[in-house]
Amino acid sequence: MFIVELNDLQGLLTALQAGGFTVIGPTVKDGAITFDTLSSIEELPRGWSDVQEAGSYGIRHSEDDTLFSYNVGPHSWKKFLFPARLRLFSARKAGKAFEVDPVSPSAPPKYAFLGVRSCELAAIAIQDKIFMSGPYADKHYTALRKSACIIAVNCVHVGGTCFCASMGTGPRAKDGYDLVLTEIRTDDRHYFVAQMGSPLGKGLLQQVTHREADQKEREQVEKALKAAHDRMGRSLDTHNLPRLLEDNFESPRWEDVAKRCLSCANCTMVCPTCFCSTVEDVTDLSGEHAERWRRWDSCFTTDFTKVAGGNIRMSTRTRYRQWLTHKLCNWVEQFGTYGCVGCGRCITWCPVGIDITAEAAAIRETSMTTTNG
Amino acid sequence: MMRKSQALEANALDPMTTHPVMIRKIIWENDDTFTLTLDMSGFAGGFRFLPGQFNMVYVYGVGEAAVSISSDPARPGTLDHTIHRVGLVTTSLAQKKRGDMIGIRGPFGSSWSIDVARGKDICIASGGIGLAPLRPVIYSLLKKREDFGRIIVLYGGRSPLDLLYRVELEKWASDANVEVLVTVDRGDSSWKGHIGVVTSLFQYIKLDARETVAYVCGPEIMMKYTIDELDRRGVPQSQTYLSMERNMKCAVGFCGHCQFGPTFICKEGPVYPLPRVRHLLDRKEL
Repeated sequence: MFIVELNDLQGLLTALQAGGFTVIGPTVKDGAITFDTLSSIEELPRGWSDVQEAGSYGIRHSEDDTLFSYNVGPHSWKKFLFPARLRLFSARKAGKAFEVDPVSPSAPPKYAFLGVRSCELAAIAIQDKIFMSGPYADKHYTALRKSACIIAVNCVHVGGTCFCASMGTGPRAKDGYDLVLTEIRTDDRHYFVAQMGSPLGKGLLQQVTHREADQKEREQVEKALKAAHDRMGRSLDTHNLPRLLEDNFESPRWEDVAKRCLSCANCTMVCPTCFCSTVEDVTDLSGEHAERWRRWDSCFTTDFTKVAGGNIRMSTRTRYRQWLTHKLCNWVEQFGTYGCVGCGRCITWCPVGIDITAEAAAIRETSMTTTNG
Repeated sequence: MMRKSQALEANALDPMTTHPVMIRKIIWENDDTFTLTLDMSGFAGGFRFLPGQFNMVYVYGVGEAAVSISSDPARPGTLDHTIHRVGLVTTSLAQKKRGDMIGIRGPFGSSWSIDVARGKDICIASGGIGLAPLRPVIYSLLKKREDFGRIIVLYGGRSPLDLLYRVELEKWASDANVEVLVTVDRGDSSWKGHIGVVTSLFQYIKLDARETVAYVCGPEIMMKYTIDELDRRGVPQSQTYLSMERNMKCAVGFCGHCQFGPTFICKEGPVYPLPRVRHLLDRKEL
């Protein structure tokens, strides 16, 4: 572990910029902490914190001048690695025929993500599996992901809707980063404890003024992370969870949640692992030029499962069930992990405050099967 | 510390780009179903696929639809797609003329296992356009007719005019020792055949159940009853295969639309051994 003083942190940004990275990090915009391009450490939400509860989000001035004393906001990193809108190809008419120009990601932006939380590292690892580990790899995702640099920040503050401890994804950043920082603010000191996760991270740290951490400083990090772990705003009992949901496919709880759910798709838009997409085909007015675009889609939309013979999931009850059972049951069989990292975004940004942890708990409570043991 | 998994080195195939191909022939099978024969000579060695696989068929500027391949895998120079005119893309395809270009990407998905049927009897049960993805398997079986026992084709359509591949069905029955049994939901004045659902055809055949491999494709309700009937007659579930349909946008497991419980129909399907999906078929709106 190494110590980087607050005043030396700008050096990290400078090193990233010198390395050709576009630095993206948290910043205050539109009354929320969102991700945007950063040119200086000054743009970080210094002295800001957030308050999150089911169906509510707000930022407020914190009691101190810390840089990372808030949790995840409405944005997630998938917006950069898996853009909400992406042109897949363009085509032009040539008589009766047409010619196709695939969009090649020849010079994708080289992103450095600053302030990636442990739940988000887990979410990126999940999307890596989806887009890069099957028989096919998504070339756009792969190109962006391969060149991305990840500077994680450990969570020493936890939010009202956080439950990463339940999902085994936090609050400590375990892997998947180039560099991880833990921000420590005491009465008289303000510094970062840095750990390297890759040769790239090592190279970056070498360009920043730092020194070896002493025993006391190391202990400080452990203490802060332990405190965060014990203060989670939510929890989710994962004991036998896939089997529990498997057995409760016809639970009355689905009807209950359907009465509250607006099928608005907010939860899927803010979710850092949700990967569903659709395509749109367009032409210009002359018809000489056509394009195909991919855009984020959601299993809550009405025509998501439409086939020639009709629609498979016709009600909010079955759409919500698809979403929750995908996250907490089917995902495990598909990708070997839960599709939920406990970031709490779906709870915070649900306009009616539906809480995935409460829904899972309610199903467990009403379950008539032995898996509830 | 480990970072950036080996997945980063995963292959960089681009399955998302469509390839323009020319329509060589259009056959209207009935009022709203037609077969497009595509010229695949632009593909080196032709277009290789396995029976049961599907393509994403693109209409310039309009969109794409997942369509099973219905031609003979041993003739890769052309490709047949039998298409039911029902949505925007398939209606646009229906307006295409000979010589027009459409886009193709594929082939995608799993195939009917023919090797497991060697030396056994085969029961092919299909309803409506469900015969289309089974036609390549019939072609493949007939290439090595002596390798297989009985070949039984059960086929049901809504009305006599809705039946696909009528000339071929008769030819298979007369020339290739295929037992073809056809039924319709509603007859007409010319219809002398059987009336009823596909499962009602089972009364006319006697299966050596344990030595039978079954391939099933049709509307989901038809497949469910057919599977029950095969089960009742003792055809092992492990020897029964079926082909599923769901909405698809990408065909490579990225878009999420085709999920059927834990499985992606585009990747693991569309053809499944029955035990893999038996429990899922009873789950309404899965």
